[in-house]
Amino acid sequence: MKDPVDVLIIGAGASGAAVAWSLAETKMHILCLEQGGWMNPAEYPSTGRDWEAKFYGEWSSSPNVRGRPEDYPINDDNSPIKVVNYNAVGGSTVMYTAHWPRLHPSDFKVKTLDGVADDWPIDYDALTPFFEENDRIMGTSGLSGDPLSPLTHPPMPQQPMGLSGAIIGKAMNKLGWHWWPSDTTVATMDYEGRARCINLGHCTPACAQGAKSSTDITYWPHAIRAGVELRTHCRVREITTDENGMASGVVYYDKDGVEQFQPAHVVIIACNGVGTPRLLLNSASSRFPNGLANSSGLVGKNLMFHPYAQIYGYVQEPTDSNRAPPTCLWSKQWYDTDLSRGFVRGYGVQFVRGAGPVFEAVVSEQKGILPWGADHHRVFRKLNGHRLGFSAICEDLPEEHNRVTLDPVLKDSHGIPAPKIDYTISENSRKMMEHGLARGREFLETAGATDICVNSPIPWGGWHLLGTARMGTDPERSVVNEWGRSHDVKNLFIVDGSIFVTSGGVNPTSTIQALALYIADQMKQRLANLFD
Amino acid sequence: MSDQLTLTPRQRDDLRTIAAMIVPPSEEYRVPGAHDDIIQADILATLGRDTKQVVAALDHLARLAGMPLADLEPAARDGVAQQFRISGGVAAATLVRVVLQCYYRDDRVLRSLGLELRAPFPGGHVLPDGDWSLLDPVKARGGALRRAP
Repeated sequence: MKDPVDVLIIGAGASGAAVAWSLAETKMHILCLEQGGWMNPAEYPSTGRDWEAKFYGEWSSSPNVRGRPEDYPINDDNSPIKVVNYNAVGGSTVMYTAHWPRLHPSDFKVKTLDGVADDWPIDYDALTPFFEENDRIMGTSGLSGDPLSPLTHPPMPQQPMGLSGAIIGKAMNKLGWHWWPSDTTVATMDYEGRARCINLGHCTPACAQGAKSSTDITYWPHAIRAGVELRTHCRVREITTDENGMASGVVYYDKDGVEQFQPAHVVIIACNGVGTPRLLLNSASSRFPNGLANSSGLVGKNLMFHPYAQIYGYVQEPTDSNRAPPTCLWSKQWYDTDLSRGFVRGYGVQFVRGAGPVFEAVVSEQKGILPWGADHHRVFRKLNGHRLGFSAICEDLPEEHNRVTLDPVLKDSHGIPAPKIDYTISENSRKMMEHGLARGREFLETAGATDICVNSPIPWGGWHLLGTARMGTDPERSVVNEWGRSHDVKNLFIVDGSIFVTSGGVNPTSTIQALALYIADQMKQRLANLFD
Repeated sequence: MSDQLTLTPRQRDDLRTIAAMIVPPSEEYRVPGAHDDIIQADILATLGRDTKQVVAALDHLARLAGMPLADLEPAARDGVAQQFRISGGVAAATLVRVVLQCYYRDDRVLRSLGLELRAPFPGGHVLPDGDWSLLDPVKARGGALRRAP
C-alpha cells in the first residue's frame, strides 16, 4: 500500500496547475495525477507543412475525433454543441485560443441584477488579487483601460493590430460600437522563459514557439520545483471514502494500465465541467448511491457551454489570414442586460482575423461558396486571405435539464463509463445569438464584406464546460461551498469550471484559474480546521 | 461501410477523376488540377484515419456512376458528381476535404497563391503594429461597467 499524500489533485490543466502551485508553499506532500502526458512542442502542428490537415485528425479539438490514448470518449450526440477539450499536462490550455477576458463584477450578481439564475456566493472583489496573480504567472498581454471591461494590468503590451485589426476597428468606429485589444495569454515580448510571439498563426492547437501560455510551461515548472509530484498517464477511476464519509484516496490506472490505490488526506478535483461530474458519478458507493458529493442531486446538472454565434465574410483588402494569432480584439458593446433586445443578459464578441488556405478551402466548399470546376481558382483567390469574423459568446444560463450523466454503454479504454451530454440551447440564448448575428452582419457589411456565412452555434464549440458542480452556501442548491469544499465530503474540493454558478459572456479560463487560486488561498488560511 | 483499408485500382481512378472535377488545372493561374500525380500520391500516402470514410465515399460514387466515373459522358459525370456531393454525407465531405488539404499544400499551388513554401514554425510572420489612434473614439466615448451591488 502506498503512503498517503497530504493533498491529491486530479487533473493537471488550467485549475489543477494553479492550485498545485499555490499549495506548494505549504510544503505538504502534494501529488497530481494526470491522465495525459507531457507535450513535446517539436511535434506541434505548426512545425510541419501539413499543419492545417492535422487539425482534422490527431490535433482535432474534439476528443472523439482525436482519439488519443489519453482521451476519453464523450457521447454528445444529444447536443447541438460538441465538447472539445485536451488531455495532457496543461489540459485544454494546450489547445485554446488564449483569449483572456475576465467575468465582469455584474456576472457574480445575476439574480440580484436581472432576476434570473443565482448569485454567486463570492464576488468579483474576492477574486481580484487572484486574477492579478494569475495574469502575472500566465503572462498576459493587452492594453489597460478598456472602459467596458474590468480593469486589468497586463504585464506585456497588446498584440499588433495587423491588417485585420485595422479593418475591424474602422468598421466598429463607423458604427460607434465599442472595441478594444483583447487581453490574451500570448507573450508579445520575451517573458519568464517564454519566447515572444512570432505569429505562427496556428495558435489554438498548441504553440510551438511557447509564446501562448499553457500551464505545462507556466505553473507546472514552478510547482514541480517547489516539490509537487506530478504523475502522468494516470487515469483516476473513482474517489474512495472511508467509514466517516471522508475521501480516503483514489483508484487509478497507472501508465501500464495497472490498477492502483493512492490514499490521500485531501482530494482536489480539477477535471473540468464534464470530467468532474463524470468522476463524481463514477464514485458512487453504498454510502453515496447517487454519486459522491451529490446530496443536492446537482452533480452533472446546469451544464453551460457558451453557445457561439459566428458570422464571417470576405473583404476586398487582405486580412491577416493564418499569419497572426486568431483573436486580437474584443467588444463588450452588448455585454450587459438590455431588455429591449428581447433577452436577458448578454454576450461578448471575439473578432476573428482569418484562416489558413486549407481551412478556407474546406469550409468554403462545405458552405457552398467555393465551387467545383473551372471557377474554383478565381473564387478561391477572392476568399483566401480576405476573411473577417465576428463571434458572439453568449451567456448560457443554468438549466438543470442540460446535464452530464454516465453513458450506460460507452466506456473509455480502461472500461470506465464515459460521460453523456444532454443539452439544448434555451430560447433566451437563441434570441441572444440572433441578436449577435444581426449585429455581426451590420459590422461585416460596414467593413465591406460579401459572401457572408453563419455558424450558429459553432458545432464544435463546446470549449467552455461550466456549472455541473456549482458553488453556493445552500447544500440543497449547490455541490461545493463558497470556498470550493464539498458540502457532503469535508476533505473534497473542486476547483475547475464546474463550480461556476453562471457563465458570463466571455472565455472563462482566466476566471477558472483565479477561482482555483482563491480556493487554494482559502485552504491555506484554514489549514488548522480545514474539515470543520 | 467497407472494412477495406486500401483503395482498389478502380477506386483510385474514380478518386483521380472526382479530384479533377473539384479542382481542375488552370493555365491562367499556373496550377495543376487535384488529379495531378504528385497530389494524388500525397493523398494516398496520407489517407490514414480518413481511409474508411474515403473508401465509403468512393463506394457511394461507384454506385451512383454505375461504371468508372471517367467513362461517363461529361454531362452525366457532372450529374453524378452533383448527386455525390448532395447525398454523400460525412463520407463525401471527408473525400473532398482530403483532396483540398493535399491540394492546398502543394508547392506549385502555394506559389501561385503567393504563399511561402514552409511550415509556420520557426519563421513565423511579421504583423504591422497598426495605428492605435483608431481607438481614440472608443476612449473618448468612455463608459462604465455595470455596477454590482
